[in-house]
Amino acid sequence: MFEMIVRISLLCISLSMFGLIYRVIKGPSTADRVIALDAMGINLVAIVALISILLDTSAFLEVILLVGILAFIGTVAFSKFIEKGEIIEHDRNR
Amino acid sequence: MKTNDLILQTVTKVAAFVIILFSISIFLGGHYSPGGGFVGGLMTSCAVVLLLLAYDLKTVAGLLPIDYKIMIACGLLISVSTVAGSWLFDAPLMTHAFSDFNFPVLGKTTLHTAVLFDLGVYLVVIGVTMTIIQTIGESE
Repeated sequence: MFEMIVRISLLCISLSMFGLIYRVIKGPSTADRVIALDAMGINLVAIVALISILLDTSAFLEVILLVGILAFIGTVAFSKFIEKGEIIEHDRNR
Repeated sequence: MKTNDLILQTVTKVAAFVIILFSISIFLGGHYSPGGGFVGGLMTSCAVVLLLLAYDLKTVAGLLPIDYKIMIACGLLISVSTVAGSWLFDAPLMTHAFSDFNFPVLGKTTLHTAVLFDLGVYLVVIGVTMTIIQTIGESE
């Protein structure tokens, strides 16, 4: 019963991943794609959590935090590239 | 045009601290749980990259006055001297040893020389990643 619920939620998250992939491919502007990729990262966190419930292990708990941090840094880097055109400035007060 | 990055900079001040703590926890827990020197080093350089994104190369160089090329050399030196340390005790190369120690606050603790080897890996990974990113970021 419980395993069934986890499998159903995995299916729902996979469907929402397909919606986000559609937005990444179709999205009219770059910002749409960046937001969709960020949300895909968060969905990946949910998938890892559900799979670690399914496999009954706590070995993947670091992966959850890791993917969250990487999604945040990637989104910040992309949005800075959209805003300023360069990701790492030499001197911002110049 | 000067942009106002107040939200990004405030979030970075908290998040970089948490990321560095997480990377240290991954590094120290590498013997018993997934992780180790490689992932820990990558996460620490992630925190520095986040600082580079929120500020700039000059500010971060003032904040962390580290020459990352020297850091690579220090990491390699630590790893090689850990490996070469087995010669002192007439053991085969790369033999690691561990023992129990009693510390005043921590109590009975087991220390293993593999942690020193991992520390070298950690420093090399941070040094290589930051050297690559800074070299690419500096070129105009």
